[in-house]
Parts: sequence; C-alpha cells; structure tokens
Amino acid sequence: MRKEIVDGEVRLSGCLGERYIGCGMKKGVLHVEGTPGNALACYLDGGEVFVDGNTQDAVADTMNAGLLAVRGSAGDALAYGMRGGRVYILGDVGYRAGVHMKAYEDERSVLVVGGRTGSFLGEYLAGGLIIVLGLGCEGGDITGYFCGNGMYAGTIYLRTGKAPVNLSDKLILRHVDEAEKAAVLRPVVEDFASTFSLDAKLCLSGDFIAIEADKSKTYSQLYAAV
Amino acid sequence: MRARYRIRKDEECISCFKCAKECSFGAIGVVDGRLVFHHDKCVDCQRCVSSCPTGAVFISEDMNRFRANSVFKEDDIREIGLQASTGGVLLSSMGARDGQVPVYFDKLLLNASQVTNPSIDPLREPMETAVFLGQRPERVERGVDGRLVDNLPPHLELSTPVMFSAMSYGAISLNVHKALALAAQELGTYWNTGEGGLHESLYPYVRNTIVQVASGRFGVHETYLNSAAAIEIKIGQGAKPGIGGHLTGKKIVGDVSRTRMVPEGMDAISPAPHHDIYSIEDLAQLVMSLKEVTGYRKPVIVKVAAVHNIAPIASGIARSGADMISIDGYRGGTGAAPKRIRDNVGIPIELAIAVVDQRLREERIRDRVGIIASGSIRSSADVVKAIALGADAVSIGTAALCALGCHICASCHTGRCAWGLATQDPELTKRLDPDEGARRLVNLVNAWTKEIKEMMGGMGINSIEALRGNRRALRGVDLNVKELEILGIGYAGE
Repeated sequence: MRKEIVDGEVRLSGCLGERYIGCGMKKGVLHVEGTPGNALACYLDGGEVFVDGNTQDAVADTMNAGLLAVRGSAGDALAYGMRGGRVYILGDVGYRAGVHMKAYEDERSVLVVGGRTGSFLGEYLAGGLIIVLGLGCEGGDITGYFCGNGMYAGTIYLRTGKAPVNLSDKLILRHVDEAEKAAVLRPVVEDFASTFSLDAKLCLSGDFIAIEADKSKTYSQLYAAV
Repeated sequence: MRARYRIRKDEECISCFKCAKECSFGAIGVVDGRLVFHHDKCVDCQRCVSSCPTGAVFISEDMNRFRANSVFKEDDIREIGLQASTGGVLLSSMGARDGQVPVYFDKLLLNASQVTNPSIDPLREPMETAVFLGQRPERVERGVDGRLVDNLPPHLELSTPVMFSAMSYGAISLNVHKALALAAQELGTYWNTGEGGLHESLYPYVRNTIVQVASGRFGVHETYLNSAAAIEIKIGQGAKPGIGGHLTGKKIVGDVSRTRMVPEGMDAISPAPHHDIYSIEDLAQLVMSLKEVTGYRKPVIVKVAAVHNIAPIASGIARSGADMISIDGYRGGTGAAPKRIRDNVGIPIELAIAVVDQRLREERIRDRVGIIASGSIRSSADVVKAIALGADAVSIGTAALCALGCHICASCHTGRCAWGLATQDPELTKRLDPDEGARRLVNLVNAWTKEIKEMMGGMGINSIEALRGNRRALRGVDLNVKELEILGIGYAGE
C-alpha cells in the first residue's frame, strides 16, 4: 500500500485487504485504490472517502457523518448502526446492509445502493433512508429475504414495482408517487448519480416502492408489566 | 388486579400527608382531607414508610392468600391471570430472586490464620487493595542498552476491587449518573455509562468513566469513545442473556434523547445480537476497530452474560485482543427484562468465575485478560469470595442503587421510581441529590474496602493479587461433589 498526498488530499494505492482504513476520520478527503479490508471508514465522523474498487465487510460501522463512495461492491454488515452521513455503493452489497441505521435531529443516515442487496437489508431500521436502485437488475428481485424485518422508523425505497420476498406483516409497503419521488428521492439520487457520473434520470426512472414500519404494531404492545 | 400489599396507618398519624406526596405509584391519595389507600397500586417500595415523620405507615403482604398449592404458587396463578387478560410478555426488573437457584456465595466460607501462620492487622500494617486490570505482557523486554522496555498495554487502575456496573442514562436518571461519576472519581475506581450514551456534563470524569458500545450503538461517536478511560462492548447482560433491550419511547425525553441521539418519544431498540458479530473473529475486529479509533490508548472490555458455555466463550474473548472480560451472572439486575428470561436463563456468577478462571489458566491465557465479575454482589464478603474464585475485580449495580435509596421493589420498568433513581420524571429525579448520593456511595465502598482488608488480613494475605484465584481460601458447605468440583474448592473440614 502506498500513501501520497496530492493537492491536500490523501491517496492510498495498491490496497490489498488492509483493515480500519479511514477509521474515525473527521475531515479531509481520502482516495483509496485497490481493495481495502474490513471495517473501512468505521466511526467516520466527517470528510469524504472515495474507493476505486470493491470493499469488504463491516464498512462504515457506526458512521456519524461524512461521505463514503464506493465505485464497486461492498460486503456484509455495511453501515451498521450508522447515524448520519452518506454511504453510496455503485455496485451490489452483501447481507445485513443498513442494520439499525438511525436519524437524529439534523443528522439523517443515507445509504444508496446502485445494484442489488443480500438478505436482511435494513433490519431494525431506526431512522434514515435506504435507497436500492437495482441498476441492471430490472424485473428481478433487488433485495433478498427478510428485508426490513424489525424496523421501527425510517424508510427503505426500492426501484422496482415488485414487493420483496417474504416481507414481514409488521411492515407497510406502498407505491411512491411522483411528488414524493421529486421531493425525497430526487435530491439524494441526483447526488449519488453525480458522484459516479451516472445519468440521474435513468436512476430515477420506473416504479419505486417504499417500505415503512406499521406504527400500529409497536414493540411496547408486547409487554404486560408484572 | 387483586392487591398484593396492604397499606395501613396507626394512631401516630398526624395527617401531614407526606406519604401521599411521596408515593409516585398513586397508591396513597388525599380526598376531603383524609388519606385514601389504593392497595392494588402499592409496589412495596417503602418510600412512604421511610418518609413518615411519626412512623405511622405500615406496608405488609395482603393477608388474603391464594389457596396453597405446592406446584402452582400464588405468583404463577397471578401471572397466568395477567397474561390471560393482556396477551403480553411479562415484564419485570432488577435481578432474579425466586429462590430456586442457590446463592453459592452463601455456601462459601473463608479461611483464617491460626497459630501456624500469622494473621495481619490492616490497621497496623500495609494492605494492598489496588488492582490493575488489563493484559499483562508475556515477557520482560530489555532494549540494547539493557534498560527495561515499557511494553505494558493500557490498563485500568482501581484503588479497590469494586467498580460500578453499567446502568444506562434513560434506565436511570442523570442524577444517578452524576453520583456514580463523582463517587468513582473520589474512590479511584470506575463507573460505566451503560449503552445510553454519556451526558455532556459528565465528560470531565473521563479518567473514571467506562463507556459502553452495545448493539444499538446509541450515542456512540468518536468523541464519546475518547471521553472514557476504557470502552466496553456489551454482548450480553446477566438479567437477560441472549435478548436485546427496549427502552420505551416514554423514557426518551429531553436530555435522554440528546444523549442517546434518538428522537424524543421514539422507542430505542437494542437488537439481540450485534449484527456485525457472528464469530470470535468478528468480535476481534470490533475490538481492534475501537482501539484504532482511540489510538490504542484505551483498554477494551467485552461484557457477556454467564451462560452454559461461558468457559470457551471467555477463551475466545481472551484471544480476540480484548483486555478484560466482564461476566454478569444469573442474578444480575436490569431496568427492564422479560421475567421468564430473567428468572430462567443463564448461570450463577460464582460458577462462571470458577470455570472461566480455571479454563484460562489451563490454556495459559489467564494473564491476557482481567476478569470483572458482577451479578448480585451484596457485600464485601461476596467481593472477597468472587476474587478468591478467580475474578480480578467486581462491579456493583443493585448494591450501588441500594446505597442511593433503592429498596428493590422491582418496578424500574414502570418509570415511576419513588426514590428518584429509575425514572426521568423531573419531580422524582430531584429526590436524589448527586453530591449526597456520591457521599453515600463513597462511604459504602470505603466500608467494604476496610472489611476486605480485615478478611484478607485474617487469612494472612496482604495483597489482592495474592487473593485472586486463591481457592485454598474457600471451603463449601451444603454443596454436592459436582458443585465443589466446578467451584474448585474443598468441603468445610477438608
């Protein structure tokens, strides 16, 4: 792995599985070339991390702020417990992406996946926004099993007209109208598209569905106090 | 539901109505200038009894007993009734106390010196109670100049082997956190934030604070992690092994919301597992990422509940790079847990310490980690026994709350704590003065430390180091052969 500083930005090249790159970074710009290892950008607290390749597991764990943009695919447990900032993955992501993402005051975690995701996407979602575009997977399933299980806040948007397989009965699925698309999705998707030089119109084309928690089925109803 | 307790007053009552003012459960009211008792709402927290200026209030068990049955006890019948009417999972708090599982501490007896080895009087001779928690270097290293190389990984230094258990802001009040932080600072020990984040006003106590990272990751960010002396990864808790947490939206108000960094009024769910930890390798990765983000300056603790395979689990944790293992036993407390889990899952802490210490010694990795034991440590004698069984230090939660007024009515989950501890109601939380609370905690731990010194001195031991894992100091009574074998001790008289 080689590190150089070009125009005030840090460039790492020849990465081959090195862990914890960009861990706790607060500001600045980091370019990563090659394949960084697990726990890339964990606790990211600001600044921007660009990866020109694939990333592994536990990327953006407990991320608080900043931007992570991956011009490839990501492994399992992406953006676990993320509270703020943006994670953009151009390709596909593995299992358990966006588990227990949150939002708080002005902070809203945003995860956009260009391709498709594995099972357990957005489990326990507590806030924030997950958008899966499924580019190149049109007509097919773009998420795996148990999408959004246990989520109690936040929204998962999928660019498909097709409901995810075995969607929990504690979730509500609805079609996204043009007004919501323009207000909620367009700004985020345009930012994602410009990051990877994609055509935003194409990314926003077609049907979108939204998945949210059924507020009438909350956790507190589970209990009887002794 | 039928009343469980009866509230009475006698002729000493001067009708000052203090009891009604103090009752936060609505069990005592005033109507037309007279006290009115709503017995069914009483939880036997003893607040009214303690605050009555003339000692005129009495709480007792309701005399109407259910028909005795040796199989279906009164609680069973009550709980079946409650579940039949609500369809709910039974929720309770504090630790298991049903009594069907032995408290092994009560069956252990300590040794003392007689004739052949002298006992030590701690009032006259130095007695070391300081404990260093963390990894020990495996060998002494010297530089080319022959001088010692400092290869000691980061440690926690405790003046006495007692620290305060993790209790989260939200489950308990900010005043309790303040009292714990102040006391830990004065005592030279540590308090633990639990998983609900660290209130900004407590950042100055960084040298005595342990911050927790749990599956919900509430309030966890880089500044939080660096505002502590150590970081604890919470995998499990003795009161509810294997399940997650659920802080009801009703308790997520004001500063609790800001500290947890979740919106007001929204439930805060801690998933049952960390979904990024499915193996020891995954755990090692979280341990190392926490060390990375804090510049390898802070030790990392992994907290687990005492469960059936605790020995191999501890072995895995010791190999994960963690500096300490915190083990919370079956009787450990909680602010809220499903009653069936609390009362039926996990194993007593005494057995867990013994098997973990034994296993790590056999694998020659005992020095890689410190062991912190918790889960119903009630007295200095329990501390000494836990250390003799193999722990380095203990942490106390319930006992600390008792020092602050708690009478273990097990109603924390209602959020109406009359002692102002497990509540966020400003009218109730102000009942605890943090400075006075800290003074009581300091008194308690200082008293225990004196007693620990007395007991060690009696055994002819002058340092906690020499007590650790010293099972020759223990004998058992009323235990069977298997229990003695697991505890690694002889029977009294052997």
